[in-house]
Amino acid sequence: MLKIEALSKSYTAGVAALDNVSFEVAEPQVVAIIGPSGAGKSTLIRCINRLVEPTAGSAILNGENVTNLNSAGLRKARRRMGMIFQEYNLVERLTVMENVLSGRLGYVSFWQAWRRNYPPEDISNAFKLLDRVGLSGFQDQRADALSGGQRQRVGIARALMQKPDLLLVDEPTASLDPKTSRQVMRILVELAHELSTPTLLNIHDVPLAKNFADRVLGMQDGKLIFDGTPDELTEDALTLIYGEEDWKPEAKAGSPAEQENADSPEQAAAV
Amino acid sequence: MTDGTAEAGYPDIWRRFTPRQTLVRYVWFLGAVFVAVWSVRHLDIPWFYFLDAHVQAADLAVRMIPPDWSYFDVIARPLIETIHIATLGTIVTFFIAFPIAFLAARNTTPNRLTWFIGRFILVASRSVNTVVWALLFVAIFGPGPVAGIWAVAFRSIGFMGKLIAEAIEEIDEGPVEAIASTGASRLKVLLVGVLPQVLPVIYGTTIYRWDINIRESTVLGFVGAGGIGIQLYASINQFAWDEVSLMLLAIFGVVVISEYVSAMVRQKIT
Amino acid sequence: MIENPLLRHGLLVLAVMYLAWSLGSLEIDWSRTSQGAERAGRIFSRMFPPDFSRWSLLVRGVTESVEMALAASFIGMILAIPVGLCAASNIAPRPIYLAARGILVLTRTFHEVIIAILFVKIFGFGPLAGVLTLVVASVSFIGKMLAEDIENMGSQQMEAIRATGASFPKVLIYGVMPQILPRYLGVSIYRLDANIRHSTVVGIVGAGGIGQTLSATFSRYDYDFSLAILLTIIGLVFLGEFFSNWVRGRLR
Ligand SMILES: Nc1ncnc2c1ncn2[C@@H]1O[C@H](COP(=O)(O)OP(=O)(O)OP(=O)(O)O)[C@@H](O)[C@H]1O
Ligand SMILES: [Mg+2]
Repeated sequence: MLKIEALSKSYTAGVAALDNVSFEVAEPQVVAIIGPSGAGKSTLIRCINRLVEPTAGSAILNGENVTNLNSAGLRKARRRMGMIFQEYNLVERLTVMENVLSGRLGYVSFWQAWRRNYPPEDISNAFKLLDRVGLSGFQDQRADALSGGQRQRVGIARALMQKPDLLLVDEPTASLDPKTSRQVMRILVELAHELSTPTLLNIHDVPLAKNFADRVLGMQDGKLIFDGTPDELTEDALTLIYGEEDWKPEAKAGSPAEQENADSPEQAAAV
Repeated sequence: MTDGTAEAGYPDIWRRFTPRQTLVRYVWFLGAVFVAVWSVRHLDIPWFYFLDAHVQAADLAVRMIPPDWSYFDVIARPLIETIHIATLGTIVTFFIAFPIAFLAARNTTPNRLTWFIGRFILVASRSVNTVVWALLFVAIFGPGPVAGIWAVAFRSIGFMGKLIAEAIEEIDEGPVEAIASTGASRLKVLLVGVLPQVLPVIYGTTIYRWDINIRESTVLGFVGAGGIGIQLYASINQFAWDEVSLMLLAIFGVVVISEYVSAMVRQKIT
Repeated sequence: MIENPLLRHGLLVLAVMYLAWSLGSLEIDWSRTSQGAERAGRIFSRMFPPDFSRWSLLVRGVTESVEMALAASFIGMILAIPVGLCAASNIAPRPIYLAARGILVLTRTFHEVIIAILFVKIFGFGPLAGVLTLVVASVSFIGKMLAEDIENMGSQQMEAIRATGASFPKVLIYGVMPQILPRYLGVSIYRLDANIRHSTVVGIVGAGGIGQTLSATFSRYDYDFSLAILLTIIGLVFLGEFFSNWVRGRLR
């Protein structure tokens, strides 16, 4: 389904943010990508739909090499890749429904988009997705009137509106509280499985990753250094990815960001 | 890529606006278009002028190049005069705008009548363009830079007075009350309690207005109020386009530099 | 304000020196200037009472000014969109961006009256030159605001729309337009108000409107009519400002 071959990216010449990464996702599964900050997780995801241009290598989606498409081809390819963002990235002044429908922008004409005149099947699908993410009745609210968790659920609906062959998810829960994080993750993973959509999911939260993912990739310094099932993600593997002891609860006292996670009973239970 | 099937049990119609909202939006839009079209038609514009406009413009451009560099000796003095008019006009404004701003600010004006007078002066000053003020002052003082200075000042009073009055209305009342409670006179309260709080705003707006005034001063000469405009008007009327282009270049330079200076100074102050 | 006494006094000395230099170098006809107070008295006494008897001339001039302002605002508002888009560095390619910025700087630097007189030379006397002048000024003003708004808006919303595979025009209407529309409308309405004010002045060089009438009264020493026109202009500007504030209040 998705094949990444020797993908590399350097923002500044000589410094590789993404260094020769190769892997394959052969079945519809949720693949969590973990790694310390700056490891290149976002870069990897963005190189696949080319919001960031990769320097070398290729990303092949269902047999089509996305990396050397021209701009029209790229737009077509992007239609098949739904993206979900850490900061939700909803168009704030538009309504929830407009945001969800914007997932179909690749398929409707300019004039239809301008008039908000989408085909009936898109509209009923949008209502269904809103219902699935628990937001039925919210269609006419403006996006900036929603809470973080609600916004992210609109973001999920927008991405799924595309009927994507691949979901790219960049830290969907990093701006949410622990409880909402789990809700959002559950909705996301359930829908991904239900629609058989392979999903690449960047995530900082190791317990969440172990709990929800079918497979885990570990990155460090732009390199892929771990690829296995959540069960294989042992203490040794985590030490390999995050460095000595840093990931352990006892070691967390030093870093305030991690402290938050440790404080959450939900997550402690999830480990 | 749509599979073309609607989801059973979910509505397949959604409208962004209610019919009423849609109607209101159309009315606004058509109203604006109608007003614009009506205005253009009513103006009786001789559209055939457009037929040879590009020829005229091209002709003008050709005559403008190259600029007559030797003419610079003639315009150097008027150019400096332009800057002086703007600067002196701004200085005059600096002293007049204050008291009027105190009248026009609700929290410092003595009573409703003075407030109204203050507001009226500000509105009147801003409603009349610098060039129109110049017409009046040329009639009073005769042609020359004095008329220009007063014209600049009278137009700037409204601009600066309004901004300063707004700043005064937003001051922190604490220090003012503290000074008033010591039994200080009204003037003293203004000078010690209010003035220091609005001084940064005053400096800022003064410099900002100064660079606007440079731009305004370049055309005062069209009505005889001094500055480079006199030469520019004369050259345009004599169709001496190579002199015109030199002056346009010079004006461009002066305006851009003054804008840069003004922006830099304001950045330093705030 | 300025703590350092040396600097403070230094600035004061500089200011005095500047005053001496500038006043000395200006060519001022002091004898003529000294008659100013007396002449002002005479002019003001001739101004009162303002003469509204030629109201039909007045109405015609005002109508023309308002029409010029309305037409120019509308056209300017529309032309400002492409100019603004081209002048936003985060949307336009580098060469287009530089060209658009150049046009904005050029048109903003020159006073309306200079632009007006050039148009008068090309199109002859009358409102056409006035409308074109105001169009240029409006495009310049609204375009610059628009470009700045686009540059300052969040890129994230735009990026999300781009990631759905939307083409550039659709990115514009979904990712950009909602973010900038309210302020664009506000600035345009403000510009209408500014155009009403400026429409009174372009006439002085023959580009139509009430300004043309006004400048004629001054050259004929027809001061009571001048005052009538000035009062009308003040009233008009006041109304324009009121209208613009009202509409902008409703836009929120
Ligand atoms: N736009 C950019 N320009 C230059 N360097 C960048 C840019 N984006 C990322 N980088 C660099 O590339 C490297 C990888 O960044 P990336 O954002 O992919 O990491 P990440 O794993 O997503 O980190 P985080 O967990 O903090 O989101 C970092 O060293 C970062 O500084
Ligand atoms: Mg990241």
